[in-house]
Amino acid sequence: MGSNMAENHPVGFQWVMEARERGARVFHIDPRFTRTSAMSTDWIGIRAGSDIAFLGGVVNYILENERYFEEYVKHFTNAPAIIHEDFVDTEDLDGLFSGWDPEKGKYDPTSWQYAGMEAHGAAGQREQGFETRGEQSGHGGHGGGLQHGEPPEEDLELKHPRCVFQLLKKHYARYTPELVADTCGCSVDDFLEYCSAICDNSGRERTGAFVYSVGWTQHTVGVQYIRTAAIVQQLLGNMGRPGGGIMALRGHASIQGSTDIPTLFNILPGYLPMPHTETYGDFQNFIDANTSPTGWWGHFDAYWVSLMKAYFGENATEGNDWLFHELPRVDDDNSVYWTTLQMLDGNVKGYIIAGENPAVGNSNSKAHRLALAKLDWLVVRDVVEIESAAFWYDSPEIESGELRTEEIPTEIFFLPAATHTEKDGSFTNTQRLLQWHWQATEPKSDCRSELWFYFHLGRMIKQKLAGSEAPRDKLIKALRWEYPTHSAIQEPDAEAVLQEVSGREIESGTFLDGYPKLKADGSTLCGCWIYCGCFKDGVNQTARKEPYWEQGYVAPEWAWAWPANRRLLYNRASADPDGKPWSERKKYVWWDEEQKKWTGLDVPDFEEDKEPGYVPPDDAKAEKAIAGDHPFIMQADGRSWLFVPQGLEDGPLPTHYEPHESPFDNSLYSQRANPRRQQFERPENPYNPVGSEPGSELYPYVATTYRLTEHHTAGGMSRTVPYLSELQPEMFCEVSPELAKEAGLEHGGWATIYSSRSAIEARVLVTDRIPPIEVQGRKTHQIGLPYHWGSRGLTTGGAANDLSSIALDPNVHIQEVKAFSVGIRPGRRPRGAALPRFVEEMRSRAR
Amino acid sequence: MLDSYGPEAKERMGFFTDTSVCIGCKACEVACKEWNLVPEDGLVWTGESYDNTSELGANTWRHVAFIEQSDPLRWLMSSDVCKHCTHAGCLDVCPTGSLFRTEYGTVVVQQDICNGCGYCVPACPFGVLDKRHLPRQDPPALPVLTKEEDGRVWKCTLCYDRLKGGHEPACAKACPTDSIQFGPLDELRERADKRLEKLQAENWNGARLYGRDPGDGVGGFGAFFLLLDEPEVYGLPPDPVVTTRDLPSMYRSAAIAAGAVVAGVLAAFVGGST
Amino acid sequence: MSSYYGRPVIKEPVWQPEIPWYFFTGGLAGASSVLSLVARLRGNEPLARRSLYVAAAADLVSPVLLISDLGRPERFLNMFRVFKVTSPMSVGSWILGISGGASATAALLEATGRLKVVKYAAEAVSALTGGPLAVYTGTLVADTAVPVWHEARHELPFLFGSGAVASAGAAAAVAVPREHAGPARRLAVGGTIVENVVMQAMEKRLGMLGEPYHQEEAGTYAKLAKACSLGGAALIGAAGRRSRFAAVAGGALLLAGEAALRWSVFKAGFQSARDPKYTVAPQRERLGYGPSSATETNV
Ligand SMILES: Nc1nc2c(c(=O)[nH]1)N[C@H]1C(S)=C(S)[C@@H](COP(=O)(O)OP(=O)(O)OC[C@H]3O[C@@H](n4cnc5c(=O)[nH]c(N)nc54)[C@H](O)[C@@H]3O)O[C@H]1N2
Ligand SMILES: Nc1nc2c(c(=O)[nH]1)N[C@H]1C(S)=C(S)[C@@H](COP(=O)(O)OP(=O)(O)OC[C@H]3O[C@@H](n4cnc5c(=O)[nH]c(N)nc54)[C@H](O)[C@@H]3O)O[C@H]1N2
Ligand code: SF4
Ligand code: SF4
Ligand code: SF4
Ligand code: SF4
Ligand code: SF4
Ligand SMILES: [Mo]
Repeated sequence: MGSNMAENHPVGFQWVMEARERGARVFHIDPRFTRTSAMSTDWIGIRAGSDIAFLGGVVNYILENERYFEEYVKHFTNAPAIIHEDFVDTEDLDGLFSGWDPEKGKYDPTSWQYAGMEAHGAAGQREQGFETRGEQSGHGGHGGGLQHGEPPEEDLELKHPRCVFQLLKKHYARYTPELVADTCGCSVDDFLEYCSAICDNSGRERTGAFVYSVGWTQHTVGVQYIRTAAIVQQLLGNMGRPGGGIMALRGHASIQGSTDIPTLFNILPGYLPMPHTETYGDFQNFIDANTSPTGWWGHFDAYWVSLMKAYFGENATEGNDWLFHELPRVDDDNSVYWTTLQMLDGNVKGYIIAGENPAVGNSNSKAHRLALAKLDWLVVRDVVEIESAAFWYDSPEIESGELRTEEIPTEIFFLPAATHTEKDGSFTNTQRLLQWHWQATEPKSDCRSELWFYFHLGRMIKQKLAGSEAPRDKLIKALRWEYPTHSAIQEPDAEAVLQEVSGREIESGTFLDGYPKLKADGSTLCGCWIYCGCFKDGVNQTARKEPYWEQGYVAPEWAWAWPANRRLLYNRASADPDGKPWSERKKYVWWDEEQKKWTGLDVPDFEEDKEPGYVPPDDAKAEKAIAGDHPFIMQADGRSWLFVPQGLEDGPLPTHYEPHESPFDNSLYSQRANPRRQQFERPENPYNPVGSEPGSELYPYVATTYRLTEHHTAGGMSRTVPYLSELQPEMFCEVSPELAKEAGLEHGGWATIYSSRSAIEARVLVTDRIPPIEVQGRKTHQIGLPYHWGSRGLTTGGAANDLSSIALDPNVHIQEVKAFSVGIRPGRRPRGAALPRFVEEMRSRAR
Repeated sequence: MLDSYGPEAKERMGFFTDTSVCIGCKACEVACKEWNLVPEDGLVWTGESYDNTSELGANTWRHVAFIEQSDPLRWLMSSDVCKHCTHAGCLDVCPTGSLFRTEYGTVVVQQDICNGCGYCVPACPFGVLDKRHLPRQDPPALPVLTKEEDGRVWKCTLCYDRLKGGHEPACAKACPTDSIQFGPLDELRERADKRLEKLQAENWNGARLYGRDPGDGVGGFGAFFLLLDEPEVYGLPPDPVVTTRDLPSMYRSAAIAAGAVVAGVLAAFVGGST
Repeated sequence: MSSYYGRPVIKEPVWQPEIPWYFFTGGLAGASSVLSLVARLRGNEPLARRSLYVAAAADLVSPVLLISDLGRPERFLNMFRVFKVTSPMSVGSWILGISGGASATAALLEATGRLKVVKYAAEAVSALTGGPLAVYTGTLVADTAVPVWHEARHELPFLFGSGAVASAGAAAAVAVPREHAGPARRLAVGGTIVENVVMQAMEKRLGMLGEPYHQEEAGTYAKLAKACSLGGAALIGAAGRRSRFAAVAGGALLLAGEAALRWSVFKAGFQSARDPKYTVAPQRERLGYGPSSATETNV
């Protein structure tokens, strides 16, 4: 669901095909019938942006028909936990949860807590109360501020009206099959078929898995989409078990790596939070605030200090609080979209774009191009001259006269990058596998790897600042910045970097074998605690390439997975509360009574010798506070969370909201869209009228954007390659025969698609694969738009993101490009200055 | 068929392309072009589903077909290739011996011999071969007799070079789902039979083997297929026959006709004055 | 719609205009050498000599046309790398090579009046290969997967052969003084009649596959061929004996008709290759299937 796996993860999809061959039922739930649908046993077409209604309906089905895995739910999830008496559900507040502050436009989550306890954050959650912007740093809700591992009030019978289980039941009671069909545009029969199929495929003997990618994330309620699936999987007992889970199929080759060792503004390696301006007083307060008293986040200090030692070596000492006070601070959302809007306001002077093409890939790409033209300087590091580097002479705005080359003040530096074949390094894939790759050839001419660029840049800056006494330079001067280099171009040794990431004991220099060895006293260094051990025993564990047929199917000798080479997280859940496999068929990790330890096919995700019957003493801390029958050890209570008391910006339970831009009202509440979504209405980012607002009929269709196998993202790596360009040589839109008729479109001809932001043209591909949908009793249409094209390369064409707007999910600041509204008409788009005139005219008609 | 190789003959190698697991990723097309340095030949959007390469030809040796069917909604994908026929029309008619049968039983064009006579092009019952009209890469030796375009015919070599090196063909290597299976033909046929049985047991609508039968008009394909609909739906001939199967009778007719020419001329001299 | 997006199942030939012209010149050369030798044996020296020259001239043009059609003309000698019975083009190349060589030699010796014995031998070789030369192109095109050619495999050699005979007759009727051109005229008329009868019979037998022969360009050429050949033959037959002008005009007309016939056959092949129905329908019929389920799936 929300993933087009065959097209975007074709290599991984071979395993789905194999499962199908072995009799697995594969459902693809997607607005379009794609290559994945074609390979699946079942396809259900739904309206883009309606998945929470669909999955909420599944939750309701499971609860109504008592199809949940009772023992699993009772012991492994927080279903029995009783929630604060002040909690009020959206069902009673017409689409808002208790704690909504209309002035700040934010929630105060106090009333979402477990009953009987004080609010307290786990790692990364602490700052939720801060005024700046409610920036959530660190990934997910890890704790709950429990002082020891159990919710204070529980009802194991699951009867208490305020226990999570009952709240869930009430919350989803209205998500009936009929409501699902009417909201999602699928049929009741298809929906029920799906429900019974996944229920039949769960339990002791069987497991089912979800696969999602950006079809779920790129919504103003993206995080809640995934949360809904998490609820389904918890109820069915499909987490922590082989063949179960929720698989996020990630994007760019090492996008997982780039969140683990982040390129994000609000976290440091290993999901440690980036400190805030409004921070916590002194260093100890910071540590306390981010340390969960229970669970593995209880060792926050060891992870933190080891990271600082990796950064600053002997310059970071206990005496100077490991340089905590010198660290830069996050002062606002600071995400790429926010920064771009700041640029438009002239508040950003210089910008480095490395390995990204916002002039095509970011939503409302026109706003990005206009913003870049406000910079003093811009550095683009890429393998080709992408649109983001060439916007000043080649862009729709140059064509329309909205930008004039001679008036753009930006000085642009293009620095050619080496490709992955020209450098050593590791990719972290979607399964958290670090896989090493070797350089195949030297980079040509001036092309240089990222490692080379940043290492030498850092070296030169350090050299320049060597004599500086300015306080702001202190941190850079303190940086440990020595890596061996090789070859004529002085390429830094990538393995040396990996060794630092993996961690060492400083005194002896020995490699650490795992994060439990990390110390808070400054005796260890580690560049990323979750990667600790990837260079265990001085061996590059990520370079292991033993195929699975020479070992078991879990293949622990192939590369290295974080954490601790563990392939399946929370795998203690593959055994029942007593530690016995749920079934012979599904055995994975279990308690060996004789050896008194956990064992199995994978590295157990549990303390090896903690008995299933272990009950933590009241004063237990960190992992010791987790009971022997609670597998979800990163959570403070060791349970998986059906209800999320803390850590989310937009509510403890997923609830159906319409996309920010949709031609429909919300049939559940008068609160139409996610109240907490980030909106930025301004001249460069106008929004379409929506729902029943006047003028919404001008943008009557649901547009969704996506990828094609033949191209890659913003196109810099595929539209420049002849062998790929010839496979999909032109921007096109997918429309149903009915829509073609309604809008007068001709197969193979041209269409102009427009929103309040801009208009683009595309060839018309009329196809039954994107059928009309009936929602709220109204028949409407969806328009499919691949988003790969731009103005440069061998094949050029309209950028779908010229149409989309900047409206973001509040938790992770991702743009809503999977569902927005547009209009369409036959023919090519207006040229030159006529283009903005046309867009403006439509907009004024809508007003 | 490999008798002439004597001890150098290898097991006959081929492809079984199982279209029921083809995901239409076109990795085979790209891998083939990359390995064999087949040139890009035009950026033309066809509007024919996701297929913009359209057909096999001099510059497309693997071609993935996309067939959208509406009732029931199906999207068939199939990667086509030269069939490496047991009785190969192209090879039979080639006057220069450029087309030849390798020790693996495959059919390959020797690019240094082909003179571009074009005979093999219409001789192939599958429309596989075509003449390359792109600019020629090698400098002309005899300017008077030389053309600007490449002028030779090209097709799948079953990666003859890779086979010689003990590697599987590039397209098969790249195929993520094993839709393209490479191996000794006998084994592939056995595997295909089992596969068909399984699909038929599962009630797969229209599943059939195409080109597996050594008794068919071309003596069976070296690269055969499992299809989910009739061959012509994929642009394949339903009952291909190697044209040279009729050659003896054609020669007989030609001989008689040649005799008739002489007879006719003789007849013209009969009766009338000289 | 009987295939994938209506695309051809087989490839259209890549042969250029040189090829139908060669069919014409090859036929003319072959039949003329036969005519020459028979005339020689019958003592009609002027007819023998002029036909020999026609044959030699046509034999000299033919390879030029063929080489020019090659994708790699500089490699034309590769035609003689092997002799392959399975390839009518290989067999034909050897025939053309031998026949052409022989008639050119004979013509040269004829003109120079030397080496009589060699000349006779050369004439004999040329005439012996003349028949095959005149008809093999029919087999050459028939030995392809092009439906209207392959299915016409038994008629085409006769069609091309009779056409060749007619053109040899016509050429001789033009080139040879009236009083010596009697057999030539009879040949022209007879050949034309046979050719048109064969054509008629062929189209009839081919049924649906006969269609391309009278459609589109092929149809135009066929009409032209019929009009010119019959007109030319009629003129020659009716007035050729009396009027030099009629002989020349009729001959020229007939030659044009013969060229047009080759073009018609040539084009019909392309047309039938282009339209998948000609490939698919007969094959399905052969298998005993009903109409195809291939439909155009995109709107
Ligand atoms: N060939 C290729 N592979 C790629 C990429 C590429 O560009 N090309 N990009 C890589 C990257 S960066 C990423 S992030 C991944 C992304 O991988 P995917 O998430 O699979 O990519 P998309 O095609 O953007 O979207 C997936 C599907 O979501 C559907 N969809 C849209 N809206 C909704 C909705 O509201 N609900 C549901 N259920 N489905 C919806 C779309 O129709 C589409 O089929 O792919 C990676 N792999
Ligand atoms: N409408 C719409 N918009 C979307 C999406 C969508 O589904 N719909 N998907 C979103 C998603 S998931 C993503 S990931 C983004 C992707 O959007 P971008 O990341 O902006 O797009 P890419 O084209 O992947 O840009 C990566 C660039 O890195 C360059 N590159 C490759 N290797 C190197 C290297 O080693 N060093 C350097 N410096 N450069 C290198 C490539 O040439 C390329 O230009 O788009 C997002 N935008
Ligand atoms: S990202 Fe591309 S190259 Fe890498 S495995 Fe997936 S399909 Fe293959
Ligand atoms: S498919 Fe065509 S090109 Fe391939 S071997 Fe058979 S006849 Fe030759
Ligand atoms: S074009 Fe080349 S390969 Fe084909 S028949 Fe002629 S010489 Fe042989
Ligand atoms: S076998 Fe080799 S040449 Fe033939 S299609 Fe596959 S990759 Fe191309
Ligand atoms: S690589 Fe395999 S799955 Fe992909 S299109 Fe080719 S045959 Fe199909
Ligand atoms: Mo992505």
